[in-house]
Parts: sequence; C-alpha cells; structure tokens
Amino acid sequence: MKAASHETMTQAGVPAELTSPLIDEAARVSIRNLNFYYGATHALKDINIDYADRKTTAMIGPSGCGKSTLLRVLNRMYDLYPGQRAEGEVMIGGQNIIEPGQNLNQLRRRVGMVFQKPTPFPKSIYENVIFGVRLHEKLSKSELDERVEWALTRAALWNEVKDRLSTSAIGLSGGQQQRLCIARSIAVRPEVLLLDEPTSALDPISTLKIEELIDELKRDFTIIIVTHNMQQAGRCADAVAFFYLGELVEVGPASQIFTAPRERRTQEYITGRFG
Amino acid sequence: MAEEPKHIVSSFEADLKRLRDMIAAMGGLVEQAVTDAMTALLQHDPDIATRVVENDPKIDVQERQVEQFAVTLLALRQPVADDLRQVVSALKVITDLERVGDYAANIAKRSLVINRVAQGFALSGLGQMALLVQQNLKTAIDAVGEADPQKAIAVWRADQLVDDLYNTIFRELITYMMEDARSISACAHLLFIAKNLERIGDHATNIAELTYYAVTGQNLPDFRPKGDLTSAYVHAPPAAQ
Repeated sequence: MKAASHETMTQAGVPAELTSPLIDEAARVSIRNLNFYYGATHALKDINIDYADRKTTAMIGPSGCGKSTLLRVLNRMYDLYPGQRAEGEVMIGGQNIIEPGQNLNQLRRRVGMVFQKPTPFPKSIYENVIFGVRLHEKLSKSELDERVEWALTRAALWNEVKDRLSTSAIGLSGGQQQRLCIARSIAVRPEVLLLDEPTSALDPISTLKIEELIDELKRDFTIIIVTHNMQQAGRCADAVAFFYLGELVEVGPASQIFTAPRERRTQEYITGRFG
Repeated sequence: MAEEPKHIVSSFEADLKRLRDMIAAMGGLVEQAVTDAMTALLQHDPDIATRVVENDPKIDVQERQVEQFAVTLLALRQPVADDLRQVVSALKVITDLERVGDYAANIAKRSLVINRVAQGFALSGLGQMALLVQQNLKTAIDAVGEADPQKAIAVWRADQLVDDLYNTIFRELITYMMEDARSISACAHLLFIAKNLERIGDHATNIAELTYYAVTGQNLPDFRPKGDLTSAYVHAPPAAQ
C-alpha cells in the first residue's frame, strides 16, 4: 500500500460510516487494559474495547486467540478455576465486575451466556425457561407463565412448543434446544447476552433462525458473539473485533472489516491467507 | 497485493489469478482494437477497419465470460476484503473495457467513411492524441494485472493531457469547417473520432480508479484533473468590419 501515504488521498471519498468505528457509541460494556492469565500463560494482553449498547459485536480469530477467554471474563466464569486471574477494568453498568466482592449470581443474571452445544436441563421445557428466574425473582404462577411465554416468544420458539411445555426439553431438535437455551438466558432479563459459537452444531436453516433471532434480540440486549464463521459475523454483527495471540488487532463496523480492513493481519485472516 | 501470502485454499488463489488473466486477455483485445482502428484511419486501410468492426463481438463474448466467472466466484467463494474488492472491480473494469471496444469499432467505421469522402486532412494531432490514449489504456490494464496503485495514479493524472489535445483538435476542426463547407462531412466524423478517443481516455481513468480502490481499499479523490472544455466552446464570429 505504498500509495496510501499520498497525502491528498488518505480517506478521501470513504463514507463516514467506514471511518468512525462503533466504539464511539454508548457502550454497555467497557474494557480497559484487561490482562488475563491462565497460571503463567498470558492469554489476554492489554485489551481495550467497548461493546455498544443494543448492538451485536462479533469476536473472530483463530483458535487460542483469546476470544472465548474474553467471553469467560465477562461473566467471571473463570472464577470456577483456580490459577486463573484477570487484571484491569471491565465496566458493566458502572461496576468493575472483575473486582473482588462482586455478587456473581447477580452478575450472571445480568450477563447471560449460551454455549456452542445446546445445554438443556433434563427437565420440562417450562422448567428450563424459568430455572434462572426462580433463583432471582419471587413470582406468582401466572407471572411465571407470562415470563415463560415472553421468553419463548422472544426466542422464536413459542409457536413450536406452546402445546407441550411440560414435555422434556431433551426431545427437542438441536436448533430448538439452542433457542430454548437462548430463552432460558433472556428469561432473567439480562443486559448482555454472550453467545459462544451458538450455531456451530446446527444445520443451515436452524443457523439462520438463530441469526434472525440475534437480529431481533439486539433491540433489547447487548449481544457479544464468538464465531468461526466469517459470513455469520458479516450477517449478524454491527461491529467485528479480530483477536490474534491474545491481542485485539482491530475492531470496526462489519462493513469496514469485511471490505477494507485497516490491519494486514485482519485481512490475511478473513481472506484465508493466514499462517 | 502481489507481496501478500497465498491463500490456504490454492484453488481459490488459482481462481483469482484466472480472473486477472481473463481481464488481461480481454484488455489485450481491446488495446489491439484501438491500435488497429487508428492504423486504419491514419494509413487509410479499409481492411484493417473492417477487421476491427468484425472483431468487436469477440470482446463482448469475453466480457460475458469474465462476468460469469466473477459471479460464480462471488457465489462459491464468498470473497471478502481485498479479494472482494478485486472481484467487484473486475466486474466494473470489464464494462469499461467493453465500451472502449465499442469506441474503437466506431472509429474504424468512421475511418471507412473518411477514406471515401476526403483524404487530404492532416491527422497528426489525432495520431498524437491516440498514442497518448493508447499509452494510458495500456498502463491502466497493466495496473489491473499487476495490482499496481502507482500505475493507476499515473493514468489518473495523465488524462488531463488527453483533454488538452482534444480541445486543440476540436478548435482545429471547427476552423477547417469554417474555411471550407465541403469539409464539414469529414470533419464531423473526425470530431466524433476525437471524442471517442477522449472517452476511451476517460474509461482508462475509470479502470485506474477502480484498480486503486481494489488494491488499497481507498478511493482516489472525487475531483480529478480534467481539461475537456469543448462542451462550453463557442466559435466567436469575426467582428463586423
């Protein structure tokens, strides 16, 4: 890109949306100088990133780049494992959630998570949805019924299961189970929804249903999705963050990342010229 | 792009190279058409002129082949970043090339008429303009094949010279027509030929701009050195004695 140094041409004619990254918008989650260690291994290095409120941010990068680790920091899942520690600032709703003394149950209500493989509990569909709600709220039977219908409707599953709410969730198809897990996460009305490769075990149609759902849900929730599917990141995400070897290489609007990434490493990764 | 690492999927690498090769081949045909059309005019050779006109459909066929290949690449490979820019700009470059082919065929047709009605004009100005346009077209096509933004900028800057020559030829031909009404028919055709060359220069500039974007991800500025003043030209009649 020798010519890019030519002064009059820098950024000329590039639409504003391609030059101003989404991080200028109101952030729901703000990360500053975050470092994370698995024992002696430095897994995340000086991460600074803002996740815009009610937008979808996709995190991409090769296996081991730190994107799933970052997801695990956001709801302090790493606390379950000794020897893992985070340093820095992860602000969610005005609180640094990695400081000691946090109420982790409350945090995990505010920051929901859906995993790669559907993880329904061996209980009825109804019980799966209200499992978390029961932990955090005291609701009457009719209020619980309302919440179940609300969550299943928002998760685009209500019409398919409304007549068999008391049957086991294990009998649902993979795509339905994943939407049930999303319903379970949003039933407690979180602020942030973390999705860790939520469609990698699903067929293409189920995948598209989840993607449509993500588009719907971002009106109410801040969504952070880890995906290995570049097209999925392009289809679902407003912003895309590329991680490599524990560093955040580049973050920007999906339209910019997939047409004209600023960093060479990003370009090599998304075009498949890596390594 | 040339110094970038290769794609992990080598068949994708091969597809992108094939796309560049197809454009280079089409560009070669178009360059030849422009050169032949001007030879036909300057050397009064109707055989060459006829060949240019007959060969034009081959350029159209190549355009469709490149277009189909590029659309297939988009559908099957789903390219992003510089690969995406390369495929999309290829789709636009071939439209420019196809138009240049049309202008070359038009010059060839007009050369046949000019050969019939008059052969006495000094055509050196047109010849000079054609050389410059051919050079720009060649550099633009090379810029595509070599993914060279510097060549693209060179073409983008050089177009003003083409416009300057066009203005001169325009005035010269108007003067001929003023002097001798019998020359109007031939001069009108020569005016169109000059205009065709000027348009070919513009298409070469388009190709350069597309290539610059494809390679760097940035656009050249919206303003570009332009010098075609003929659309506002009025020949002032001599003052009354």
